[in-house]
Amino acid sequence: MLIAPLLLFVVVTFIVPILSMLFRSVENDIVPDTIPGVVTELAEWDGSVGAPPSEQVFRYLYLDLFKASEAKQHTRLGTRLNYEKTGLSSLLRTTGRSLDDVGEEWQDPLEDIDANFKDGAFWYQMMSGTDGEDLLEERRDLWAAMVGESMAGDVGFVPSEQVAQMLPWTTRAYTDFAIWTAIEDEDSVAEEDPWEAVYGALGMDLTNPETVSAIQSYTGPGADALKAAAANVGQLPQTGFREAFAAENEDWLSPDVWATIKLYSSSMTSGYFLNAVDMQLTPDGIEQKPENQQIYTQLFMRTLVMALIITASCVVLGYPVAWLLANLPMRTASILMILVLLPFWTSLLVRTSAWKVLLQQQGVINEILVWLGFVNDADRLILMNNATGTIIAMTHILLPFMILPLYSVMKTIQPSYLRAAKSLGATNWTAFWRVYFPQSVPGIGAGSILVFILAIGYYITPEIVGGTSGVFISNRIAYHISSSLNWGLAAALGSILLVVVLGLYWCYDKIVGIDNVKLGG
Amino acid sequence: MTDGASNDAFVEFERVQKSYDGETLVVKDLNLSMPKGEFLTMLGPSGSGKTTCLMMLAGFETATHGDIRLGGVSINNIPPHKRGIGMVFQNYALFPHMTIAENLAFPLEVRKLGKAEREQKVKRALDMVEMGDFGGRRPAQLSGGQQQRVALARALVFEPELVLMDEPLGALDKQLREKMQFEITYLAHQLGITTVYVTHDQTEALTMSDRVAVFDDGRIQQLAPPDKLYETPENSFVAQFIGENNTLEGVVKEIKGNTCVIELDGGEVIDAVPVNVSKVGERTRVSIRPERVEYNRDRLHADAHTLKAEVLEFIYMGDIFRTRLRVAGNDEFVIKTRNAPDQVRLKRGQQIEIGWLAEDCRALDA
Ligand SMILES: Nc1ncnc2c1ncn2[C@@H]1O[C@H](COP(=O)(O)OP(=O)(O)O)[C@@H](O)[C@H]1O
Ligand SMILES: [Mg+2]
Repeated sequence: MLIAPLLLFVVVTFIVPILSMLFRSVENDIVPDTIPGVVTELAEWDGSVGAPPSEQVFRYLYLDLFKASEAKQHTRLGTRLNYEKTGLSSLLRTTGRSLDDVGEEWQDPLEDIDANFKDGAFWYQMMSGTDGEDLLEERRDLWAAMVGESMAGDVGFVPSEQVAQMLPWTTRAYTDFAIWTAIEDEDSVAEEDPWEAVYGALGMDLTNPETVSAIQSYTGPGADALKAAAANVGQLPQTGFREAFAAENEDWLSPDVWATIKLYSSSMTSGYFLNAVDMQLTPDGIEQKPENQQIYTQLFMRTLVMALIITASCVVLGYPVAWLLANLPMRTASILMILVLLPFWTSLLVRTSAWKVLLQQQGVINEILVWLGFVNDADRLILMNNATGTIIAMTHILLPFMILPLYSVMKTIQPSYLRAAKSLGATNWTAFWRVYFPQSVPGIGAGSILVFILAIGYYITPEIVGGTSGVFISNRIAYHISSSLNWGLAAALGSILLVVVLGLYWCYDKIVGIDNVKLGG
Repeated sequence: MTDGASNDAFVEFERVQKSYDGETLVVKDLNLSMPKGEFLTMLGPSGSGKTTCLMMLAGFETATHGDIRLGGVSINNIPPHKRGIGMVFQNYALFPHMTIAENLAFPLEVRKLGKAEREQKVKRALDMVEMGDFGGRRPAQLSGGQQQRVALARALVFEPELVLMDEPLGALDKQLREKMQFEITYLAHQLGITTVYVTHDQTEALTMSDRVAVFDDGRIQQLAPPDKLYETPENSFVAQFIGENNTLEGVVKEIKGNTCVIELDGGEVIDAVPVNVSKVGERTRVSIRPERVEYNRDRLHADAHTLKAEVLEFIYMGDIFRTRLRVAGNDEFVIKTRNAPDQVRLKRGQQIEIGWLAEDCRALDA
């Protein structure tokens, strides 16, 4: 019971973020949430034929995108799809701007046919009715999914079931308009002129012969205007929405664009993970990315290798220090211990910046080397903004994490072991190597795991002294989180890092045995 | 075995002093000489410098002053691993990461013995301590007693001529300790090794050793075989430290030859052997062993001095009776009598007269 708060704390601050990261690395709701109609309709489309999808798909695209651009969601969709195929972001952005123009191609002739179509109140009267509650809720849910809000509240409008049967596209478009107007804009639906998309939708309905014949026997509100429209269908654009989109941008006819949209239309995707290992999902299956776009596998390897080098240098430098700490007389050891712990009392940023001062080409180390004549003034050592700088600075920063576990293990090795070995005839070196060292191995293990795991995820130091060739995978993750905002990719990279660390830990357990790791007595 | 130095001394300490901090002497003027094959025990209270002496002999501490010789050669400048001295530590110091067999093979390996010879010697040493079946185990998988045997075998496996043991039985229970005491002495004599054994347990020292060096305050207080130590302690410390002892304080009244007369602080007069007293009027502590006190007038000399005593407590202990008396104002005066058929059993409150043979009562330093 007493650990309940702690347990809660761990779950909330540790497990939940990890799970949410794992989830985010495969999550792809944005496509199905933003263009749900397109996603459903595209399922039928066969991309291998090399032809763009049917008019039906473009109709859904028009209505979904119109909604999205009203809600300013279409750019998000563009950003998401752009990760997979460059150019989609600008395609969606430019198209988003001209959706109104497309709708006006239907709006203008319709208003010419019957002036009532100009009047918001007329539309409200015509579309209102009874029994349409289910449709209203359905449209409300779609809105909610797209904008990520509940969209709850009184719309002040209920679609007529009868009109919905007759004019399905128009009713859907008008209901979407009504919900947005009432909930987001907080205006009265009856007083607002409908979106251009509603006219476009009416145009879609009027291409259906069944609708036209149903209008003939319709007697409800707006029957005259509808009949007039049905009678003058010829005045409406004879081209469909596919042509309308194509006129805005040729790319809408490209099967490649549609293949990409279809590939990433499910709510889960392996795309981020493939990206993170320099692969990509194409309509033909999983492929290696072009040579010049491969960065992550190389970066992972570099991170691993550099973390190993840093760990090894920490062992080499830390072991003698820990030995001194454990074997010097109490007073001297305490002073040494303070020196070891001193860095902990200094900000990480300050320490790293100090290394910057030391390692620069005009920095302290180079100046001294030049002054001593070891290095020519002309070819000063490049110690910074490369892997060397990262390794030097990180070895120093992580050294205490090696020394402390080593020290606490060494402290438990009683001097009588060394004495026993010597009394049995071993020289100082043999006694150390055969008796002392094996007993200190658990400390090396603990220190190495600690340093390695800290190093592999390190961020600040490589960022400051690493330049481009000395950065770690975590710097890339940070870039995707804060600059490119590709959180899915960042999450996938993070998840891979987590798996790699767990995998290495497992290997370590198999080879050395985790029981052989001691942090102290 | 003889007291003091001899020409064929194997281990010798000559005027050895040791100070850790450069101020206080932990070992003050140690002189000791052991012949080959002797089992010598250093006995003394904790902190009296026993371990320090052992460490100097093993080479882990250097003497501040004086000379330590092994086989006639000064070893002051020989590093520990070249001294060839076997050592058993109080905590056994078995290498935890090696098996028992590897532990035993270690001294042979560093001496570059061949594999076959190594295995044979390890096996023989393990059999010697009846641990033949445990070669493949780790030290942590053995009981304390078993670890003790292995530590012993490891100290002996490379056939050293001198073995040092620092309270090797300190961590064992009483029964195991007694068994091991016997085994260690048996092995030491069997193999003819010279042994320096350190303990603070006087029973252990008395039962095991050829000679015992009683340590106190950095000095050897007495160096003698166990019986001599018990029967003829040379000073009050040794008399008190070894076995049970009654002490009475007083002033020397008269010395004639090897007896003297002491007047106790209460005015009573007794006979004693002058050991540490030389002139009349000197203060002294007389020491008398509980089993040497007589209360049966018939067994004393006609002219022996006697003391009045009151029985405070009578304890029946089976083989002996232990009686506590008030004698000359001392309430802790104890006598022990054998449980024989004709033995008188004293009662509490009974007034008796006690006495002793003058040679059993020793007048020591005050
Ligand atoms: N390494 C050391 N440094 C300083 N003082 C020590 C050291 N070892 C022992 N001493 C001191 O020397 C004295 C004798 O110790 P030691 O030889 O261990 O006694 P014993 O073994 O008879 O109990 C003690 O007062 C102890 O505190
Ligand atoms: Mg000791």
